[in-house]
Amino acid sequence: MSDTANPAAGISDEEEKSRRDFLIVATSVVGGLGTALAVWPFVHSMNPAKDTLALSTTEVDLSPIEEGQSITVTWQGKPVFVRNRTAAEIETARSVKAADLIDPETDEARVQKAEWLIMVGVCTHLGCIPLGQKAGEPKGDYDGWFCPCHGSHYDTSGRIRKGPAPLNLPIPAYEFLDDSIVKIG
Amino acid sequence: MAFKFFENPVVKWVEYRMPVFSFLDHSLGSSYPTPKNLNYWWNFGSLAGMILVIMIVSGIVLAMNYTPHVDYAFESVERIMRDVNYGWLIRYIHMNGGSAFFICVYIHLFRGMYFGSYKEPRELLWIIGVFILLAMMATAFMGYVLPWGQMSFWGATVITNLFSAIPFVGDSIVTLLWGGFSVDNPTLNRFFSLHYLMPFVIVGLVVFHIWALHMHRSNNPLGIDVKGPEDMIPFHPYYTVKDLFGMGVFMLIFMFFVFYAPNFFGEPDNYIKANPLVTPPHIVPEWYFLPYYAILRAFTTDFFLYQIVSLGGFLMSAKLAGVLAMFASILLFLLLPWLDRSKVRSNRFRPINFWFFWIFFLDCLFLGYIGGKPAEGSFIIMGQIATTYYFAHIILIIPIVSILERPKPIPESISSAVTAAGH
Amino acid sequence: MKKVILSAFAAATIALGNVAVTGPAEAASGVKPPAQEWSWTGPFGTFDRASLRRGLQVYSEVCSGCHSLNLVAYRALGEVGFSEDEIKAFAAEFEVTDGPDEEGEMFEREARPADMFVSPFANDNAARASNNGALPPDLSLMTKARFNGPDYVHALLTGYEEEAPEGVMLMDGMSYNHYFAGNQIAMAPPIDDDSVEYADGTEASKDQIARDVVTFMAWAAEPELEERKRLGLKTMIFLLVLTGLLYALKRKIWSDQH
Repeated sequence: MSDTANPAAGISDEEEKSRRDFLIVATSVVGGLGTALAVWPFVHSMNPAKDTLALSTTEVDLSPIEEGQSITVTWQGKPVFVRNRTAAEIETARSVKAADLIDPETDEARVQKAEWLIMVGVCTHLGCIPLGQKAGEPKGDYDGWFCPCHGSHYDTSGRIRKGPAPLNLPIPAYEFLDDSIVKIG
Repeated sequence: MAFKFFENPVVKWVEYRMPVFSFLDHSLGSSYPTPKNLNYWWNFGSLAGMILVIMIVSGIVLAMNYTPHVDYAFESVERIMRDVNYGWLIRYIHMNGGSAFFICVYIHLFRGMYFGSYKEPRELLWIIGVFILLAMMATAFMGYVLPWGQMSFWGATVITNLFSAIPFVGDSIVTLLWGGFSVDNPTLNRFFSLHYLMPFVIVGLVVFHIWALHMHRSNNPLGIDVKGPEDMIPFHPYYTVKDLFGMGVFMLIFMFFVFYAPNFFGEPDNYIKANPLVTPPHIVPEWYFLPYYAILRAFTTDFFLYQIVSLGGFLMSAKLAGVLAMFASILLFLLLPWLDRSKVRSNRFRPINFWFFWIFFLDCLFLGYIGGKPAEGSFIIMGQIATTYYFAHIILIIPIVSILERPKPIPESISSAVTAAGH
Repeated sequence: MKKVILSAFAAATIALGNVAVTGPAEAASGVKPPAQEWSWTGPFGTFDRASLRRGLQVYSEVCSGCHSLNLVAYRALGEVGFSEDEIKAFAAEFEVTDGPDEEGEMFEREARPADMFVSPFANDNAARASNNGALPPDLSLMTKARFNGPDYVHALLTGYEEEAPEGVMLMDGMSYNHYFAGNQIAMAPPIDDDSVEYADGTEASKDQIARDVVTFMAWAAEPELEERKRLGLKTMIFLLVLTGLLYALKRKIWSDQH
């Protein structure tokens, strides 16, 4: 064993060392890159699969829902609140100035048809399901929905008015296929 | 050699409280002295370790999408293949990883045999290795059942039925293994549970394997003890880089199969969903079980070895004898350190044993070939001859040769042998 | 010495590989099917899109009367060039049972792209009852579930004899096929020249029909094949570079030892 490089090849110790260092860096970079790339398939396999993505629409028949009534349907595994709002509720929702709200948004921007409020019924705080869909359930201080987990109050447009939730209840993409059938997603 | 790494304040802080870095350095770092003459056959231990990690990682991800129920298992595997992002890749890695694991471990095992790595003072290291092999076989068998194809189902049926050969309690044991009166949903569920557990048992055994290895360190191709520092080099960087290079080569071969011939080691029948009413015309286990399968099938009532061990059929049935022989074919390895009386480890210096080693190796391959053939005609006789030789080698040839053989002169030390070879 | 060991291991690998691959096939099928050229073999192989389209037509018009394709979803056709509208229209030709509705009743609706190919029979027993007691196997994995699958299916489809050879007694309702194990097959000859009329005007010879439907079935069994081969090429190139670097580094580090 000797610490000097091969003298016959005419390579100095310095050159030898820098070549070696270069190889170490190059191999580490390539190897590290490869390892990082190899991790991706394993991580991506946990994202929604093709069959899950394909089942992302739900059709709802609105005809049996009377004024002042709500139903809950499932879309992508989440509850969607569909409410046939009364004129008074629409009135209350539209009389508020958007700028005064925690998450400023007008009622007009949240509905396609004034009487049909369709939104994802998952509290924007930490994901509980707010109460207020059934008669007799607490509707909160603004006569809309109330999340019992941490006390968030939503108004008749599903907007956050009081409590820890940061955002209004989200509106899913939906379209009216005809007067009484709506396709969510 | 001043190691700047250990002067880093964070490293120092941790070291003072838990010397994890110096532990690693002493285990596979620059403070772990290793014989300087290890050849590429010594790469297969680290390769097996790498595959164990690959198998655990891919297996955990597969389990996230697998459903252990007879009505959904086959479909859930196909969903992994078709709909889960990169599911096909992960499943093919896991499927071929099983074969890759056995290839590495078998080479590792024959390397240990050839260079006498099982001999004093490494007997316990060898014995733990045999238990790792047994744990791997149990894991592989149960894993093969999970896709719930025809071979899965009938493999499970045949192998669990082996236990029915045990006198008096055999049938009760089989019922217990099944959790019913045939291989069915409870069987699939428990196999899934155990298949998930066993790899961690293997990891535990590997820890003991490495612990035992570090006591007396690696054997070497000359099979002689290291005499002093001139015979050794630090594990890092010499063997770390050599192991990494070996891993690169192995990954090239492994990935070739994953991407271009993913079903090469598989059976077409396993792409047919399990049907308890129809047995495929020709059942074969995975290739790594074929030699044992051949030994199992060799025991028919007219096989003379059976006539001897059962005292003419008096002691046990041929079925039981076959099952016992199959298990004995591996368990006998546990006795190898004592069956082999020779003090010389490496076959380089054992002119007679050298040839018997290779005959035994070819015999194992031949048994594998027979195991894949239908049990009919001349295959039966050939299987019986190969089985007889297998046991004769371990029980008779190894002890006798080790006593009678006169070994070649052994070099003084590793460094003197290396110098003599003209390096 | 090294050479001996290396060649022994090479021989071992090949021998074991052969055992694993050829073992069951010899017992399972009578005659070895003739090897065909397929577009998707080899490291750069892809499915011939036109042939695959014709194959879907053959499956729909000929096979789907008896054979299910349970593991394939209509939406998957989008990965081999079918447009979303084509898939919607194709799926809508079939009815699936859904429900229960609000009254608790099951109802029929048009199939959607997210649905699996609709089976011709409600269950295996119904399939047996309509087919003389024989169960037409699902075709989703057929080319993977037989040794040399594509060649075998092609040979089977074109390997019928009108009359059984002398001395062979055919059971009632069975046909004689060269390539089926035992030669007696419950499936009547499914295709003949011009038994379909191709939408793209290709001449529908028996061989052509068999080739097209095998292409379709090969895709149905291995829809990941093209992506697999693409990713495989990148992986192999990367590993070659990395292994080359590791080899150079290994030599450099070991240079003071030799």
